[in-house]
Amino acid sequence: MIGVDTIVQGVLLGGLYALFAAGLSLVFGIMRLVNLAHGDLIVMGAYLILILVTLSGLNPFLAALVAAPLMFGLGWGLQRLVLNRTLGKDILPPLLVTFGLSIALQNALLEGFSADSRKISAGGLETASADLGIVTVGVMPLLTFASAIAVIVGLNALFYRTALGRAFRAVSDDPVTASLMGIRPAHVFAMATGVAMLVVTVAALYFGMRANFDPAIGPARLIYAFEAVIIGGLGSLWGTLAGGIIIGVAQTVGAAVNPEWQILAGHVAFLLVLLVRPRGLFPRAVD
Amino acid sequence: MTPLLETRGLTANYGDFRALFGVDITVQPGETVAIIGANGAGKTTLLRAIAGVLRSAPAQVLHHGAPIGALPADQVMQRGISMVPEGRRLFPSLSVEENLLIGGQTRRAKGPWSLATVYDLFPILRERRHSPGTALSGGQQQMVAIGRALMANPELMLCDEISLGLAPVVIRDIYAALPQIKAGGASLVIVEQDIAQALRVADRVYCLMEGRVTLTGRPADITRDAIHAAYFGAPA
Repeated sequence: MIGVDTIVQGVLLGGLYALFAAGLSLVFGIMRLVNLAHGDLIVMGAYLILILVTLSGLNPFLAALVAAPLMFGLGWGLQRLVLNRTLGKDILPPLLVTFGLSIALQNALLEGFSADSRKISAGGLETASADLGIVTVGVMPLLTFASAIAVIVGLNALFYRTALGRAFRAVSDDPVTASLMGIRPAHVFAMATGVAMLVVTVAALYFGMRANFDPAIGPARLIYAFEAVIIGGLGSLWGTLAGGIIIGVAQTVGAAVNPEWQILAGHVAFLLVLLVRPRGLFPRAVD
Repeated sequence: MTPLLETRGLTANYGDFRALFGVDITVQPGETVAIIGANGAGKTTLLRAIAGVLRSAPAQVLHHGAPIGALPADQVMQRGISMVPEGRRLFPSLSVEENLLIGGQTRRAKGPWSLATVYDLFPILRERRHSPGTALSGGQQQMVAIGRALMANPELMLCDEISLGLAPVVIRDIYAALPQIKAGGASLVIVEQDIAQALRVADRVYCLMEGRVTLTGRPADITRDAIHAAYFGAPA
């Protein structure tokens, strides 16, 4: 039976997909870089939080807070030392380099953590539920969705209300003229990837608490992130949330009809949206 | 006295094509220097090389005697040399006010220019400050581009074809702002196709032809024939 409950679960699941996708959307929007290692970076973030929780006994949320600056630094360095060198007129080098990074990351994680699947324990939170009147939902999906909204509100504030955000948009428009304004595009790109890695940390936190993960699971997460970004329209963050929700609802509805259809239904919804709106639901005016 | 800016034997290439062949110009503090010349003479290339968009050998561009020829554009700008690029190049994703703010974002030197004084200079921009920069008319966009360069309180402002494609009445308005900009302490290098306009505002003029300086002097000392010869390579 497909009811309100199914839809609500799907919407909340969409929050998780939006978290997967927001960092991807941010980086693509600013520097037209498609990071094929995004899913693996989320998995790596989950392992980092897992290590912190295991070693120090920290609460996962606090562990994510500790992991965040490390992830920011990693993103900054990755962009500065590797990805900036791949950017140019040709779109192929960044794809090849991030594809290679994806493979290297998966194998490094496999070496370090074995192929066993792991999970970040969140204690009683995992089974807690909240009564919303019409439906009862898990606290964890609700927190995930709220975090996705918070991340998008935060990123929009960063984009439209700060000097750094102004630099992001200017460099995205025209890097040469931005450099005439005293802005160093390489530095702005590094900040953008650093911020994207903060979002990756949030995604990794919920991803790691909600389900089992192993070193090879990254690319599957990347597919959902891609679909959410493309459905939403490249570069639009609220569109990315809408894209995540569409995939989430399609999956829960599909699963309600027949459990085997869950994944397929999400991909079919993606294809249908592309058929009707090839540029996504909220495309940017200039692209 | 060390000039504010000097180029010494400045060369510039676009791939295999050489656009400047040993250009020497100097700009003294407080001066307005006009660069004139036909299309393709190398005027825009000269400004781009000074601004660091095109890199050259370090000692080919000197700022107060310091070699800056090899610095990237953002570092040249940090030294107080800002540019009003050809075609205005406003950021389409930014409003008028954001376009202005970004000009002074990385370098806030002491000086007369701020959002308020730029709006006083071009009052129409205050009314349109929340519009996207690219929604404005050509003349208003040029005002934004000039204001954006002023926001850093530059010591030297490079203006590339600020009258290009604009109606005469609009050009008059824009040129009417130059005395105030000079009074604010900025020296100017103006690339201009309109020779009469250039001669009116400049303290000194350089004429470029095919990547070389063919004429230099004060507007009062230059004859029409000399300009014609420098422009086209043959006497009138």
